[in-house]
Amino acid sequence: MSEKLNLLVESSPQIHHYESTASIMWSVVLCLLPAGIWGIWLFGTKALVVLVASIVASVLSEALMNYVFKKNTILDGSAFLTGLLIGYNMPPAVPLYVPVMASVFAILVVKWAFGGLGGNFMNPALAGRVFVFFSWTHQMTTWTMPKFFQAVDTVSSATPLGFLKTGLIDYKGAAHGPAQFLMQNGYPHTAMDGRFTQWINNLFGTHLSGGYYDLFMGNIPGSIGEVSALLLLLGTVYLFVRKIITWEIPVSYLLTFGLFVWIFGGKRYGLSFFQGDVLFHLLSGGLILGAFFMATDMVTSPLTRKGMIIFGAGTGLLTFIIRFYGSFPEGVSLSIILMNITVPLIDKYTKTKRFGVIENKGHV
Amino acid sequence: MKGLKTFSRGGVHPPGRKNLTSSKAIKNAVIPTISIVPLSQHLGSPSECLVKAGDNVTEGMLIGKSTGFISANIHSPVPGTVKEIKDVYLPNGMLSKAVSIELEGEFDRLGKEQNKRDWEGFSKEELLSMIADNGVVGLGGATFPVNVKLSIPKGKKAEYFVVNGVECEPYLTADHRLMLEKAERIIKGIQIISKIVEPEKIAMGIEINKPDAIETMKKAAAEAGIPLDVVPLQVKYPQGDEKQLLQAITGREVPSGALPIDIGCVVSNVGTVHAIYEAVVFNKPLIERVLTVTGGAIANPQNLKVRIGTPISSIIEECGGFKEVPEKVVVGGPMMGFTIYDLDTPVIKGTSGILALTSSEIHGAVRTSCISCGRCIQACPMGLNPTTLFKYIDHGDYTEASELGLMDCKECGSCGFVCPARIPLIQGMRLGKRMLRKKKVKA
Repeated sequence: MSEKLNLLVESSPQIHHYESTASIMWSVVLCLLPAGIWGIWLFGTKALVVLVASIVASVLSEALMNYVFKKNTILDGSAFLTGLLIGYNMPPAVPLYVPVMASVFAILVVKWAFGGLGGNFMNPALAGRVFVFFSWTHQMTTWTMPKFFQAVDTVSSATPLGFLKTGLIDYKGAAHGPAQFLMQNGYPHTAMDGRFTQWINNLFGTHLSGGYYDLFMGNIPGSIGEVSALLLLLGTVYLFVRKIITWEIPVSYLLTFGLFVWIFGGKRYGLSFFQGDVLFHLLSGGLILGAFFMATDMVTSPLTRKGMIIFGAGTGLLTFIIRFYGSFPEGVSLSIILMNITVPLIDKYTKTKRFGVIENKGHV
Repeated sequence: MKGLKTFSRGGVHPPGRKNLTSSKAIKNAVIPTISIVPLSQHLGSPSECLVKAGDNVTEGMLIGKSTGFISANIHSPVPGTVKEIKDVYLPNGMLSKAVSIELEGEFDRLGKEQNKRDWEGFSKEELLSMIADNGVVGLGGATFPVNVKLSIPKGKKAEYFVVNGVECEPYLTADHRLMLEKAERIIKGIQIISKIVEPEKIAMGIEINKPDAIETMKKAAAEAGIPLDVVPLQVKYPQGDEKQLLQAITGREVPSGALPIDIGCVVSNVGTVHAIYEAVVFNKPLIERVLTVTGGAIANPQNLKVRIGTPISSIIEECGGFKEVPEKVVVGGPMMGFTIYDLDTPVIKGTSGILALTSSEIHGAVRTSCISCGRCIQACPMGLNPTTLFKYIDHGDYTEASELGLMDCKECGSCGFVCPARIPLIQGMRLGKRMLRKKKVKA
């Protein structure tokens, strides 16, 4: 064996699982794409411009930090993903300085002030969104109607949840739930939604109100990437297949939230307990995007399965409280970043059970 | 797979790639002109060198004498002349004195009919000293002197004797082939060990990816009329670790810091059982072993019976050399083995395989910061938190790491295998354990 070989010497294990940090990040980007394409189609090219602006701002900020700290982290995809998520959380017609500021804040302050990827204790995209939400609330709550309704009225459009929030103040009407409330107060629906609702009602003999079809398909005003529950769930399926996310956080999040909505959600329509409209609330706002793509952010969620369940349940409870009793219609972003803060504490108290160790000695 | 026994916590499923060699019968490897026999091939203190340059040695002659309670004898694998005593690097990167022997003269055993001894007449003590004299160590990987392991301490009792036929390391098929080809000898070896440790029950764990081995061993046990319970197990790494194997088979957990005998169990790997048979019945020292030469870069992967001291380069040449440029050459399995940079490194008693891996088998990636995905925690069979341990070790806080169970880590590599950030977790654990031991010695 005379030829000189260049052999790699490193510590065991000598083989690895194919998944890497970069493959995880870029896979999440891939899974998000269908919902974003829908958003661009629905709201027009201005939505695309917003997405591009937030991604470019985010990646450039990361590049600046790379230059300062002499690192090379652009290709790991985390900055691109942060930018994409910020874009997804923006209203389509937002002035471009808003997503740019959100991205810069997310990368420079939330991420790199704490050491870059892995060091941040809050989801950078959500912290960036919350930062601009409180800084430019008006711009962040001015919505664009989907292309189906643009003839109707483009200025005074509101998201279904926003419409509910303002409409339900001192409401004394007879609506038996959010969907019916929207229907009775002239909230626009597509023709397809009407046909679908009728078909379901004929099939099962129910008296469902219209609106669910639009919510599920994404025919509603809202942030660019959050509107289509269907396409977000499609991406989620791939995340589960690739085992990039596990069931603990989204399931405990949605279950807890759904449970509280079911128990208390009917109260504001004068109904008794256990009559809340769970489906409406699961499909509306940023809940699907938040539960599957943001709360599951690995860096800012607990390490153990037990911890993840606690984290998800806490987020669900907070979202319910903010959405139903707070002054904001939404609540997903705030609940997730509030729970992000509790992660070190959760990690501290959710230890794994060690092999061959009898617990109950107590920790001093 | 469902319904089969396995261990409870953690574990991973690396690609097995055993089909490269699992159907290839064991062949005798060519004997090299120069054998390099290190004096430290086992856990514990190195053996004392009994020869000097210029000495003539015979096949199987004692050249290294055990120097303590945990140490082992070393024998010359070939007849010949001692050329020099020199320092060589072992596969694990440690430096060891080694005897370099130039092949010369006649073999006493090779190709000759060997005298069989009737082992049933020997006492327990005689059997143990035969095993010790012939330098038998655990061939599963730890290379712990077997006579020590089989001496049951006073006040302890072996309820179970468990034979480890799991071979959970990917790629390796040496134990698999041994079970298929030497089942009778393994059964006899089990009988010998049973005479020494007097267990109440004898079991053997084999993963279900070796159905032929399960059948063969069942049949051989039935023919010999011994009550061997061959247990088919789910395929999951690291099931071949004795703690995981014992939990899978007996349901008992070896307490942290304790040994299998503390829960009434003795474990031996099939390769070791076979070596014990040869040591007792043929009075044959441990001078050769079966290993798997494989990997994507090897032209002709196979299972070889190799003399200790054979340079790895000569074995690779025998397997047709490299068909493509390897990224790594690994001694041992891919999960726990060591990379070498010098192909003249010799085969030692603990060498279970030689792998030449291509980059597509390794899945290397850029190292990033920990993204707290928690995969290492879900993978750890000991229920540890590798990423947190690594952080403490990285910051030099070995005491805190120890309190979180660092010493329970057996470096199985499950955490490092799944880590998407490619953090050298096992390297960290090794460093931490080393620093803790140093500290203890000082204190």
